[in-house]
Amino acid sequence: MAVKTLNVDQVGRSVARLESRQKVSGRAEYVHNMKLPGMLYGKIFRSRIPHGKIRHIDTTAAQRVDGVFSVVTGDDVRTLVPIPYYGPAFHDQPVLALEKVRYVGEPVAVVLARDPHVADQAAQLIEAEYDELRAVYDEVEAATATIHVHEILKPAGTFPDLKYLEGRRDTNIALDFQLRRGDAGRAFAAADYVFEHTFHTQTVMHTPLEPLVSLAEPGDDSVTIFTASQSPSFVRMEIARMLGWSENQVRVRTAFLGGGFGAKLYIKLEALVAVLALMARRPVKIGLTMEEQFYHITKHATTTRIKSGVSKEGRIVARECEVYWNGGAYADIGPRVTQKSGFTAAGPYDIENVKLDSYAVYTNLPPAGALRGFGIPQLVWAYESHTDLIARQLELDPIEFRRKNILREGRPQAVGTPMRDAAIEACLEKIADRMEWGKPCYRGSAALRRGRGVAIGFKACIAPTTSVAIVNICADGSCGLYCSTVDMGQGSDTAMAQIVAEVLGMQAEQIRVVHPDTDVTPYDMATLGSRSTYHMGNAVKRAAEDAKAKLEALAREAGAEGSPIPDVFRARYGMQAGNVVGIGTFIPSYQSPDKKTGHSENVTPFWMIGGAGVEVEVDVETGRFRVTKLVNVADVGKPINPKAVTTQLSGAAIMQLGHTMFEKMIFEDGKLTNASLADYKIPGFLDLPEDLTSEFVEAEQHGGPFGAKGVGETATFGVSPAIANAIHDAVGVRIYSLPITPEAVYRAMNGLPQEDRR
Amino acid sequence: MNRRIRFTLNGERVEADVAPHHNLVELLAERFDLVGARESCGQGLCGCCTVLVDGRAVSACLYLASFVDGANVVTIESLDAAGGLHPVQEAFIENAAFQCGFCTPGFVLMTAQLLEEKPDPSDEEIRHYLSGNLCRCAAYPEIVDAVKAAARKTAAKGR
Repeated sequence: MAVKTLNVDQVGRSVARLESRQKVSGRAEYVHNMKLPGMLYGKIFRSRIPHGKIRHIDTTAAQRVDGVFSVVTGDDVRTLVPIPYYGPAFHDQPVLALEKVRYVGEPVAVVLARDPHVADQAAQLIEAEYDELRAVYDEVEAATATIHVHEILKPAGTFPDLKYLEGRRDTNIALDFQLRRGDAGRAFAAADYVFEHTFHTQTVMHTPLEPLVSLAEPGDDSVTIFTASQSPSFVRMEIARMLGWSENQVRVRTAFLGGGFGAKLYIKLEALVAVLALMARRPVKIGLTMEEQFYHITKHATTTRIKSGVSKEGRIVARECEVYWNGGAYADIGPRVTQKSGFTAAGPYDIENVKLDSYAVYTNLPPAGALRGFGIPQLVWAYESHTDLIARQLELDPIEFRRKNILREGRPQAVGTPMRDAAIEACLEKIADRMEWGKPCYRGSAALRRGRGVAIGFKACIAPTTSVAIVNICADGSCGLYCSTVDMGQGSDTAMAQIVAEVLGMQAEQIRVVHPDTDVTPYDMATLGSRSTYHMGNAVKRAAEDAKAKLEALAREAGAEGSPIPDVFRARYGMQAGNVVGIGTFIPSYQSPDKKTGHSENVTPFWMIGGAGVEVEVDVETGRFRVTKLVNVADVGKPINPKAVTTQLSGAAIMQLGHTMFEKMIFEDGKLTNASLADYKIPGFLDLPEDLTSEFVEAEQHGGPFGAKGVGETATFGVSPAIANAIHDAVGVRIYSLPITPEAVYRAMNGLPQEDRR
Repeated sequence: MNRRIRFTLNGERVEADVAPHHNLVELLAERFDLVGARESCGQGLCGCCTVLVDGRAVSACLYLASFVDGANVVTIESLDAAGGLHPVQEAFIENAAFQCGFCTPGFVLMTAQLLEEKPDPSDEEIRHYLSGNLCRCAAYPEIVDAVKAAARKTAAKGR
């Protein structure tokens, strides 16, 4: 190197989070804590019916409350924004309800006041009258129902491959994705055995402990939005589009996020606060309560029909899947989930004949979006439960059956893309090893039966998406990184700093990471789908390399080769002055799946692989069970920060444990009955498995920065089916719907019908 | 009707006018710019708003502001006020016992209180004592490690 620097490995070191001190002392910055002079608080009045035409909204009583600044309805919004609809995949969601309401909890009006309590009280005085319409809640029913949530489909221009849906009428199917490989019909006819099952997953919510919150500050011809968002660049573009403004009139800033998990993606409250602030000419903040959060974003409930043809030798020769995604009343990113996850619905198996159909369906429920796994946990639940059932019925060992069928390195996945750097086999073998699968397992007592199960899943990364980064070296040799990746707890600030430090020969702890501010930090598609380490990591690496090359050129120019950085600047500028700015842009190559066959030679820049091994103990009298052991294994490439990776794995697995064992949004006639942490339980200390381990296999992701790949979602994949498989092993009953409650196990053991799932 | 209250906040005698419906989280944030205690679930179930009142951990979201009249209130911000970190804070950092950090002040305060009551808690005691604090990032395994490390640090300092 032409400039004198450190020589300590920064990548592969478990660097403590850069913001550690701020977080343990309560001083870390969250939008939750922000306030601005003159700021108004907004409180939302919501629909109490699932589907209906708005006849009249009476705001007079609310307006009269002392201290109320204004009350705003959808019609008021239209005076500022003629077409006030937003959304990442479809422009279907109004800023406030217009003409119709489509789910219980939909925002209908907002009260603004200096005192949030005044706004809250006044919002309760608003009355709305509706002509009620019949509603539809079930995703399978909705696919063919004559009740339509939307009259016409309105795909956004963002995704060219959704253009064909433009103008489709009188359907609740927002997107249908299909994949055809080989000849499934023929293969089924020739198969020795055919198995078919239907699986369900429930509606759950992300419940970040910092609920959704956004704050907008109006300017003369601009607006600044402070928001707990995972996608500041998208918010800027979408607000600008809606207002008919240019991007540089909208400034979007984030802070640390108090959790995200997909809840804070694309656009949530931002359009609402922006419009309100521009109308009020005052800063406006809306921070949801935990209860309200349940009405803004959920994880898709699903129904999956899955059918396999199997040969006498135990080879899966054909698989057919039909997946219905319950998207709720607004598409959010559901159509992407339907496609991008849909194509993996046949599982990590080498199957010649595959037929997949995946449907994004509108219903009269709160909108569903992405939640840690982008649809994959729902699919793995189905295909790994199904795979286990086949093995049992054929009296084959579940691991052995998987070994026989597993998708090996270099073999094409169902879309036609060959598997590369996908350690499926290694993960399966490591799970088997950690579970001591070769040895007989302890079967428990007559009253407390023990069993074990495994499951493995995989995921493609959302492509093609762009990341841009800037590395700025100051004249004293210190360094700043400007990137729009949002640190919501996954540790991206630290990992990105490690990459910069590695390239520049600095100490990671000394790199200053500038938080997303669209006036300052460059474009990034979003912090989602475990894409940041790979995409932004590459952009950051390139920016650092660019800075390094420029610094070296500067040193040569100034005749200061081999000098410490400050001396280089001094030699060039005569004093401590100047900057070196490196820029890096990254977009992976990609081929969109063919519309008819779903085929693509290059569908993802990398694959995520994760699996779980579980031991359970089931009380045969009551159905109560506990997970005595949970082993998580993942292919994470070469980890940038091993400790951060392990915590991501265990954190994801524990979250999925909640989605498996108790989390469920319960709807009665479209009304959510458990919108609070009192009634919707998330995992706490007492829910942890006694023995929990999270490990990664040795692997390297080619094309990833220093061999790394994304990891945030990977440990969610296997947990649910591994638990169902273990319960089956313990007490011989199969659970087909999540969550697996003690009552569900009890009912199954006693041959009783399962509860209605909604 | 607003009411004037006087209390001790992180060792300093203070006073404030509070309305009957204001809770302690609002009082700390609005009047004293202390935002380490955060309202999340609003039902006293998650522990994000943990504050010590007269030495006892309370959920500040359910604790009416006027009730701290005459009390001694300690918030997360006081732990490193002297400059150095509290052993519990050090242990949380060294064991990567947090991710997003939103719930962390609550966990740190509860751990400090736990170690005062039980200087050498078992895993079981840790799990039970902290079961009223939720972490959606689920840094639970690391938190257990951190509590044990904090116990060791505290014991070493006491020697």
